[in-house]
Amino acid sequence: MIVELGHFALVLAFAVAIFQMIVPMIGAQKNWSAWMAVASPAASVQFGLVAISFAALTYAFVTSDFSLNLVVANSHTDKPMLYKISGVWGNHEGSLLLWVLTLALFGASAAWFGGNLPPRLRARVLAVQSSVGVAFYAFILFTSNPFLRLEMPPFNGQDLNPLLQDPGLAFHPPFLYLGYVGLSMAFSFAVAALIEGRVDAAWARWVRPWTLAAWVFLTIGIGLGSWWAYYELGWGGFWFWDPVENASFMPWLIAAALLHSAIVVEKREALKSWTILLAILAFGFSLIGTFIVRSGIITSVHAFANDPERGMFILLILAVFMGGAFTLYALRAGAMEAKGVFSTVSRESGLVLNNLLLAVSSLVVFIGTIWPLVSEMFWDRTVSVGPPFFNAAFTPFAFAIAIALPIGAVLPWKRARLDRAVRAMSGVAALTLALFGFLYVFTTGNSLAGLITLALGVWLVAASAVDLWQRTGQGRDIGAKLARLTRLPRADWGKAIAHAGVGITFIGVGGLVTYQLEDIRVAQIGEEFDVGAYHLTLRDVREVQGPNYISTMAFIEVAQNGEILGVLNPEKRIYPVAGMPTTEAGIDSGFLRDVYVALGDPQLDGGWAVRTWIKPFANWIWGGTIIMSLGGFLSLSDRRYRVAAGAKREPSTAVGVPAE
Amino acid sequence: MKVVWIKAAVAALWLIATPAFAVQPDEVLADPALEARAREISAELRCVVCRNESIDESNATVARDLRLFVRERIMMGETNEQVMAEVVDRYGEYVLMRPPMSGSNLALWLAGPALFLIGIGVAAGFIRSRARITIPEEAALSAEEQAALKRILSEK
Repeated sequence: MIVELGHFALVLAFAVAIFQMIVPMIGAQKNWSAWMAVASPAASVQFGLVAISFAALTYAFVTSDFSLNLVVANSHTDKPMLYKISGVWGNHEGSLLLWVLTLALFGASAAWFGGNLPPRLRARVLAVQSSVGVAFYAFILFTSNPFLRLEMPPFNGQDLNPLLQDPGLAFHPPFLYLGYVGLSMAFSFAVAALIEGRVDAAWARWVRPWTLAAWVFLTIGIGLGSWWAYYELGWGGFWFWDPVENASFMPWLIAAALLHSAIVVEKREALKSWTILLAILAFGFSLIGTFIVRSGIITSVHAFANDPERGMFILLILAVFMGGAFTLYALRAGAMEAKGVFSTVSRESGLVLNNLLLAVSSLVVFIGTIWPLVSEMFWDRTVSVGPPFFNAAFTPFAFAIAIALPIGAVLPWKRARLDRAVRAMSGVAALTLALFGFLYVFTTGNSLAGLITLALGVWLVAASAVDLWQRTGQGRDIGAKLARLTRLPRADWGKAIAHAGVGITFIGVGGLVTYQLEDIRVAQIGEEFDVGAYHLTLRDVREVQGPNYISTMAFIEVAQNGEILGVLNPEKRIYPVAGMPTTEAGIDSGFLRDVYVALGDPQLDGGWAVRTWIKPFANWIWGGTIIMSLGGFLSLSDRRYRVAAGAKREPSTAVGVPAE
Repeated sequence: MKVVWIKAAVAALWLIATPAFAVQPDEVLADPALEARAREISAELRCVVCRNESIDESNATVARDLRLFVRERIMMGETNEQVMAEVVDRYGEYVLMRPPMSGSNLALWLAGPALFLIGIGVAAGFIRSRARITIPEEAALSAEEQAALKRILSEK
């Protein structure tokens, strides 16, 4: 009964979305205010209906309703509750339902918080947002319906893919989707502005928080995914340049470019048409990402044939929305002329360089990701494009961004002097070079590129601190400067913290790649061995029964300088129902290093294969993504957005916000 | 009865798949320098039956065979290039994780730098045009905006 209710709610949401797509758009065109005004309640109703539908599916999973095909294929009564819930989106149909739920949530948020948007723009934004919804509701209802019943319900389910039964991955998709789908907001604003034929500072001020929020969620989602890969896949890699990973990385890069170019539109009324283009591209990459993940086309051309209907449907959605948006762009972008004037050396130029590098690096990832397909289609040449390519082709752009970032970040608007900016950063540059030289001469690393990454990370973090400190003005009075530091707008803090977060991730990646130690051996029970400065003892290997798996668990003691740090429990698990083995690494996590142990096969002579790594700065990689997100949230909480949100009520006390 | 069945299933699974271990202890070469070379080559070669994994990361039997082959050839004194060439002879270009810079693949390799150069050109042209322009007159407010402005001013 509840399941039917959910199904019915989804169909109703589809109907509401069609209504919301058409009526407000006509209203905006004809200037009929009543027709425009229905957009907001429609968006709320649509969200309510999808939420009911999603709740119904969640209920079916929680109560293990095996009359539903989807629950049978992805759940089991023995599964822990957390994974019964995450099982809702751990599959194609459910994840698409989460997709439209997020889409409707963003649409409804625009209706709830967009009170001060011009009514016509709001009507158009909500109509465009809803048109995306219409496409995906149709996709779900016609090709991927999660509410299909079975005529003969089995007694139990087939369990969720064990790799997905993990806390990190339970929350990875929702964050990623908040990011992917959040970019639909930027897209809707861009298309609405093109229809309107007008982009101004106010428009950018509305678009930026949505983009920033989407970017923050993408950052968290990607960070969680990378962290999961690190501890779950068993060999401690943190990024594999897999098509599915790239699918989330491309929109992340474009979103980063977009939120910077929107600053230029907001403050200087320049880069308008470029910003619109980026907004369209960002969502385009989200759709492409969905297409890549859902059709399986990149992994193998043949996987596409397994499910041509779904693949074709998403491709069609992509073609309609991107084709439509680009056509509109070609017709209207010319009208968006720039107003702001700036000299060759200025913050504006710095941000143009930022945008260029981010856009090109994301296109490099894109071309590398689709190349196997293109090559096979046009030249009948089957090639593989793996990490060695991306490391070679992407890294130079990442380095260029890192080198230029601190200089660009301190350039003033309109007219700047490069020598002044360089002088401000000269101390930091000297420190960075000295550190690089010292490490290069006195340590043995695995990789020069890794060492450069590490040094650039230090450069970024130190430069962010200097940037903040410089904002406190001239003078020698430390107390006054510190007081001024606390009064800086949150956007400034957000900027410095997000940039430092990038640096911290650089340090993590560089440190790990350069100074990682590895040891592969056969260890007998009771055997002791050294890896780097650490002394390990294989105490025992036992079989342990889990809730829905059987584990072979090792007990490995880790000591340093005679002091026992703890016992690690790397495991090999078997999930009998799903029929799949997995590994769980044993990790002693630390601020400066991880000791990472994986258990292999029993050997003929009675020992066990044990693989040990010392991974310096590993946690800095994800720490950096957390700090980037924190910077984004701080910037989102800046006064001007709060002022914009509740414009009339805000008491105008004389707390001066420094004009920029 | 049920326990026995599970144990049998577990035993069978051990035989089929041993996940995520890749390089086995018995494969490792005694000389660390040669082993480092073997690892370097392994990271460049694709496990042909896997989903986008190099033989260095893969647990498949073919990957293990190829890792052993690579090490055997290294022990015979071949250079990295010779080993890779032999593997390509056997499995085709598909096995290379880094597509060779030749023929149509040039487009892949040059796309990034080319886009960057074009972008620099366009950006420089745009920035120069911005720098040269004299400040245009502010566009007049529309009637709607005039009304909004009046409303805001009168609120104070």
